[in-house]
Amino acid sequence: MAEKIIHLTINGKPIAAKEGQTILRAAQDNNIYIPSLCYLEGVHKFGGCRMCMVEVEGGRTLMAACMVTVREGMVVKSNSAKARQARKLNCELILSDHPQDCLSCARSGQCELQDLSQTLGIKEARFKGERSEGITDISPSITRDTGKCILCRRCVSVCNEVQKIGVLNAQNRGFKTVIGPSGGQSIGKVDCTNCGQCIAACPVNALSETDSIQRVWDAINDPDKRVIVQVAPSVRVAIGEEFGLPTGVPVTGKLATALKELMFDDVFDTNFGADLTIMEEGSEFLSRAKAVLQGGKATLPMITSCSPGWVKFLEHRFPGSVKNLSTCKSPHMMLGAVIKSYYAQKLEIDPKTMYVVSVMPCTAKKFEIQRPEMTNGGVPNVDAVITTRELAKMIREAGIDFENLPDSDFDAPLGISTGAADIFGVTGGVMAAALRTVYELVTGRELPFDNLRITPIEGNKQIKTADLTFENCLPAYSYLEGFTAKVAVTSGFAGAATLMEEVAKGASPYHFIEVMGCPGGCIVGGGQPRATVRTKWADRAKGIFEEDQRKKLRKSHENPALQKLYNEFLLEPLGHKPHDLLHTSYTPRGTYNELIQETKER
Amino acid sequence: MSPEKASVVIDLSAEEQEKLDAIQKVIDTYKDKEGCLISVLHLAQEIYGYLPMEIQQKIADGMGFSLSHVSSVVTFYSYFSMIPRADHAIKICMGTACYVRGGKRIVDRLEEVLGISAGQTTSDGKFSIAITRCLGACGLAPVIMIDEEVYQQVNPDKIEKILSKY
Repeated sequence: MAEKIIHLTINGKPIAAKEGQTILRAAQDNNIYIPSLCYLEGVHKFGGCRMCMVEVEGGRTLMAACMVTVREGMVVKSNSAKARQARKLNCELILSDHPQDCLSCARSGQCELQDLSQTLGIKEARFKGERSEGITDISPSITRDTGKCILCRRCVSVCNEVQKIGVLNAQNRGFKTVIGPSGGQSIGKVDCTNCGQCIAACPVNALSETDSIQRVWDAINDPDKRVIVQVAPSVRVAIGEEFGLPTGVPVTGKLATALKELMFDDVFDTNFGADLTIMEEGSEFLSRAKAVLQGGKATLPMITSCSPGWVKFLEHRFPGSVKNLSTCKSPHMMLGAVIKSYYAQKLEIDPKTMYVVSVMPCTAKKFEIQRPEMTNGGVPNVDAVITTRELAKMIREAGIDFENLPDSDFDAPLGISTGAADIFGVTGGVMAAALRTVYELVTGRELPFDNLRITPIEGNKQIKTADLTFENCLPAYSYLEGFTAKVAVTSGFAGAATLMEEVAKGASPYHFIEVMGCPGGCIVGGGQPRATVRTKWADRAKGIFEEDQRKKLRKSHENPALQKLYNEFLLEPLGHKPHDLLHTSYTPRGTYNELIQETKER
Repeated sequence: MSPEKASVVIDLSAEEQEKLDAIQKVIDTYKDKEGCLISVLHLAQEIYGYLPMEIQQKIADGMGFSLSHVSSVVTFYSYFSMIPRADHAIKICMGTACYVRGGKRIVDRLEEVLGISAGQTTSDGKFSIAITRCLGACGLAPVIMIDEEVYQQVNPDKIEKILSKY
């Protein structure tokens, strides 16, 4: 059925809009810019900031363009004197309760409030009066500076409606209003997953990742340290946006060059860790399936553990199901462990003198590296995590002209990877990569999907499923003959909770589940460049698949550097060394951790 | 140990348990109806006297809300209290009529005499001070209420005599 077309005029310009569209969207689609602030496509529709006020003929008052849907014959004026004055006044009122310390604010230059104030032509702070007092709250992943908060509540919508976590809400009222957990708790104490989607949604600097830039500079400048950097797959399809390059176009070569120019001693690729994860996780799945099929004891479904936000979510909400999580560490932790053992041996240096930095699209990884489980021999696997945004800041600070950098490759051997590793960045990718290897190990044949893309588990549907039957298995895997593996994939905690309720009840029909904490996967992680036009984020997925396609080797087990690592050092998947270095355990946390601590303290 | 929900362990007296049971009943009555959180909080406060975090958690769990959401409602409305209610609740009217006839001076004197600020409870739990909107007795301004008793045309010097009755 064709969509009904609504005819209206905006600023005298005739416009054909889709039925049900808001004035704001209709204007956007026709290249008319109406300022807006609290509105966030697909996430937050609240009409609270009154920054998008327009005049509608026949209307008693000005209307918020983000809330009002178009009507046939509507006459809208977005640039009348009345509308412009109202928007300006509203912005000035927001500014009157804002610190305005832009010169030293980390968000300066990328702040939506600052942009708006410029666009609206505000030249002075006219209103001076009572100001709310903010608090600063720093957790391993998230820093809150509520003095900067403009109470737009985008983060509240993301935390409650999108991610269904619900640790952020407006507490108190009036000037005392603070967006935060109950009882003035620190966000590090409550059941926050550290996913950072609140940070990605924040228009100002009220929410940001906890800064690790200085620690990384210090390490680079320390002559006694060998500083090794690794980069997650999602970073290469997003960091270009920070330098004005188009969304979703991979800038892998420039990224490798930039890291070398930042004077890292070795520039490795977390993709190597992803290939390694597939070998371990694929083998773990086969060993669990074997045990179950032969009547032994093992827990299925097995659930992926690459996403530290997801892991913490499960530990809080479904602590009884930690045994379902794969024991595999996440790819960058695995690579960190390999760097500080295998690579340290090769270099004949003490792992204590090594400093591993992970560049991640993720804020939860900052928490992950501080988990006590993530050390070997008292040495942390990874020493610092910086987000894609933080790396962009370092590149700017170092005066590197990113846009015009020549391409280069990651360093050997731990910079070599396959296409299977690239797709780790997008929802469905870990599952697809695992099946590419598992199917071939078991049957000796390539995964029977067109171009190795398991399309049913791609895309942003909340829960996606696929079946894969093993036939004509190799003798070693005869126990799998005729077995149909049922897999499910989800991203974002809303879908994860649905799948987990079945798992917790013991009623899950699946054998293998992939969960990524952020809706869409790591490409939209909390540490990625912020973008208000979220539809563009889908382009980052295209970039990821482009990277996969570009590679000669697209299956993890074909990675020659990985084969060498097993031959020389790890010996076999799930063996003694991998068990020590690459696998971990989890902590059943339960909910209301803040209250439990409080009671204990009393 | 792998409980689906770790719960807070509190030593309960019989009286306390009775209150918690009554609150559970309220939750069970309202949990499937939309838009009932405020009503449940009202009733819970009536039963328990105030709404500490443990009670808010019970309500959050029972009603299917996050604790942070429940606390956002509790901290928004001045009617809800997160501190124990005193034996005697003093309400000072700061409606227009009482205000212009010296309501503020009564607040100051009460604060001075009891050594607490408005919104607080004395350490012995005997008195609490709260500021309210118009109590509907403007002709008798300024007015204060202690529990259900109304005192009319109060002036600061009468305060100590009034308090001595309790």
